[in-house]
Amino acid sequence: MISAHYPALQVVIPLLGAVLCALVRRGSIAWLVALTVSWIMPVIAAAMLWQVLADGPISYALGGWEPPWGIEYRVDALSGFLLLLVSGVGAVIMPYARTSVASEIHASRQAWFYTMYLLCLAGLLGMAITGDAFNVFVFMEISSLATYTLIALGKDRRALLAAYQYLIVGTIGATFYVIGVGLLYSVTGSLNFVDIAGKLDAIENTRPLLSALAFLTVGISLKLALFPLHVWLPNAYAYAPSAATSFLAATATKVAVYLLLRFFFTVFGAGFVFETLPVSNILLVLSIAAMFGASIVAIFQDDIKRMLAYSSVAQIGYITLGIALANQSGLTGGIVHIFNHAMMKAALFLVLGAVFYRIGSVHIDSLAGIGRRMPVTMASFVIAGLSIIGAPGTAGFISKWYLAVGALEKGWWWLVFLIVLSSLLAVVYIGRVIEIAWFRTPSEACEGVQEPPPMMLVPIWIFTAATIYFGFFTDLSAGIAGKAAETLLGGLK
Amino acid sequence: MTDANLVSLALIIPAAAAFLIPIFGRWKNVRETVTLIAAGLLFIDVIALLMRVLDGAQPETAGFEIIPGLPLVFKVEPLGMLFGVVASTLWIVNSVYSIGYMRGNNEPRQTPFFMCFAIALSSTIGIAFAGNLITLFLFYEILTLSTYPLVTHKADDNARAGGRVYLLLLLGTSTVLFLPAIIWTWVLTGTTEFTVGGILAGKADNLTVGILLGLYVFGIGKAALMPFHRWLPAAMVAPTPVSALLHAVAVVKAGVFSVMKILVYIFGIDFLSASGQNQWLIYIAGATILIASLVAMTKDNLKARLAYSTVSQLGYVILGAALANSMAMIGGSMHIAMHAVGKITLFFCAGAIYTAAHKTEVSELAGLGRKMPFTFAAFFVGALSIIGLPPFGGLWGKWYLALGAIDSNQLAMVAILMISSLLNIAYLLPIPLKAFFGKAPGNPGSVGMQEAPLPCLIAIGLTSMGCIILFFYPGFILELLQLIDIR
Repeated sequence: MISAHYPALQVVIPLLGAVLCALVRRGSIAWLVALTVSWIMPVIAAAMLWQVLADGPISYALGGWEPPWGIEYRVDALSGFLLLLVSGVGAVIMPYARTSVASEIHASRQAWFYTMYLLCLAGLLGMAITGDAFNVFVFMEISSLATYTLIALGKDRRALLAAYQYLIVGTIGATFYVIGVGLLYSVTGSLNFVDIAGKLDAIENTRPLLSALAFLTVGISLKLALFPLHVWLPNAYAYAPSAATSFLAATATKVAVYLLLRFFFTVFGAGFVFETLPVSNILLVLSIAAMFGASIVAIFQDDIKRMLAYSSVAQIGYITLGIALANQSGLTGGIVHIFNHAMMKAALFLVLGAVFYRIGSVHIDSLAGIGRRMPVTMASFVIAGLSIIGAPGTAGFISKWYLAVGALEKGWWWLVFLIVLSSLLAVVYIGRVIEIAWFRTPSEACEGVQEPPPMMLVPIWIFTAATIYFGFFTDLSAGIAGKAAETLLGGLK
Repeated sequence: MTDANLVSLALIIPAAAAFLIPIFGRWKNVRETVTLIAAGLLFIDVIALLMRVLDGAQPETAGFEIIPGLPLVFKVEPLGMLFGVVASTLWIVNSVYSIGYMRGNNEPRQTPFFMCFAIALSSTIGIAFAGNLITLFLFYEILTLSTYPLVTHKADDNARAGGRVYLLLLLGTSTVLFLPAIIWTWVLTGTTEFTVGGILAGKADNLTVGILLGLYVFGIGKAALMPFHRWLPAAMVAPTPVSALLHAVAVVKAGVFSVMKILVYIFGIDFLSASGQNQWLIYIAGATILIASLVAMTKDNLKARLAYSTVSQLGYVILGAALANSMAMIGGSMHIAMHAVGKITLFFCAGAIYTAAHKTEVSELAGLGRKMPFTFAAFFVGALSIIGLPPFGGLWGKWYLALGAIDSNQLAMVAILMISSLLNIAYLLPIPLKAFFGKAPGNPGSVGMQEAPLPCLIAIGLTSMGCIILFFYPGFILELLQLIDIR
């Protein structure tokens, strides 16, 4: 039965697709390949998630080599959720990519874009699906190298510098990660997550273990752009091609967060990480610093893509805040925000891509009055922006509700006020764009500008509709996130 | 039609109008017809609901859970019913007036204007009929967001600055204070439902009650309790129909209504007065009444003066809620309706003056009464109703409020009510008097009639008659409010 091999297919198909794209070298055909692959992936992911929710985790021995010696692919509620998210975002963005890529990237390089996109997709899906610590490193490198190239394909020459900057920082992160894995291997003799977890009880609190945790945490935090390790992110997002930015913003950092969750809860265990060590406090402080620091910086950005990039750093702060709370409601809030933030940020970056497609700039001054010229597109910016703010009726509200309840359950009422105060900063930076886009006389750049073609508009509105849908119907988002949080917290008591 | 359908319909009618208006945007007359038909239908629907509520029913819709244990649900109880009747009635009048004003002033972007107006009305109904805090909060925020484009309508520097203050203060107070209060209530009690007798009794100690009360009354920035009143004067940059919407139909009324509803159905009046935490709120409300009246006297801009007058009058409603006895509550709630009708008249007049004579400052109005006798006569009526003199509706709210204050032995508050009425006289009455008897500066020229467009005059006539009618027939409001089970 083919369904038994879904876990392998989830990674193999995009890898094969990437090879195919590299061979055809024609932008339009490469796009067709990428589109087909992108549309198959969520189907497989959904089938697996369905199975996991019904029958429990799937374990798949790659090549028939049984774990812990062979590489195990393991899908549980959390990784299934991530797989569906990453592949789903890819599937929605791909139709949009055609027009956007054609206008932003030279024809001779378009096939490369799709090759790199598929490699990146394969790497991200691989990181989420594998149950083997070293295999994670392999996929991390695949996705990172592809990401560096994607960023460097940006039209602006500064894209090269941004890609180089990310290359350096990303490599440091990956190196730290592999050092941590090496230390773990040296004390446990295993690379399989579940297997390592079983062997740790005996050696808790030994120095190699503590060093391993430190290296892994810092390495992964670099990848997920935890404040103050976020310096690579604003430039990378600002100068990458629009379609790539949307995809990366919605998925790349999210998979890194997933890894952090995996190591904290499945491998080391919540008891060790949060009770024996002060990780909770460290994460808490950094998260709050991100929520405020990055939001304040976002207010002063004139390049709106950059502004949204800083907003991403702030929003990642909410996710790590949920991890730091480490109780049912808080963790649910953190995990659901992985999903919700992906929806709204993808929508926002796609809107900017559409604006760039029409007027060739996303500088705040050139956006004056754009709302009157592209009302359907900019309405999406308003709605997704409200979700960033956390207005009720949007997905962002659900995340913040869970986080605030999690904080109150811990008795940290002051944290509730910090959470809502930081959303006020989002009001300022989102409101500033809305005011200029809707309540100014249209600038010259906007003269005669129309809505983007439907191929762009439909993906934008799928994400926008999702931010509203998941503000009311939360079974699929918060429901699954709650289950994942339960597994993470419960498996280790 | 079932009761639940009537409730849903009340939300859907204005929402559908908001959807249809941009579709018919090109044909002005069709677009305006959509607004008027929606307003008419909504009114019929609300009256049908009123009949049921007066019969003792409390129509409600099935809940719809967004988070387990946290449903969106609508339930029409007497207090919400009163607010619904006020808002839907005044929407008709306001629409008629808007059409005259917007066309008379050749305002740009009328389609988005009428669309946002309809969204605002839909959310107002949502607030009025909300069955729990989370539903109320949802529509409260939609109301803020849908009125922001209306406030910023002119899109010049002034309008944008005013809009910024409006948005930041209202969103700021509601997210930083109101939302944590709701979450806290939910964590304490496991529900946010509006329940007869309140839900906090036995769940919260005295200190918590005090803090929660503070979070709620200041968090509901729309109630414009000092020191969070700045957004209201800032919003006077908006076109006059919007000011009417803010001051009479929806926004500030949604604020004081929410405060009233939360004090009655979340805290419970008896629990609140037993806790003694309402004392400080009484004093803040009293202070707001006096200070805002004094500030109003210093304002020369007509709309600014009316804005501070509103801040002061909202203090009455909060006072009624804070006194926490049934008389005061009836007085405060009644004042929501009475002030709405009076204040909308005054704003309509201010807009008519601007449309016909392009005057905005009180000092420029001398002698204008001879050109616009009808407008200033209506202004006189509205002013007297706000002051609370017979035979105008405004009397009743103050009457029951004073009775409530005596019930609670708050004689200082009775004194404040009287002083405030005197202050009202001092800052409102000179306006029509000077207009009629003052001398116009410079050459008076030919003194012909120069009134505002006809739709504006019709609207003004209707609301000023409303002020008088409500004096003679306040019965149904009283009957409605006496249905409230305060226990």
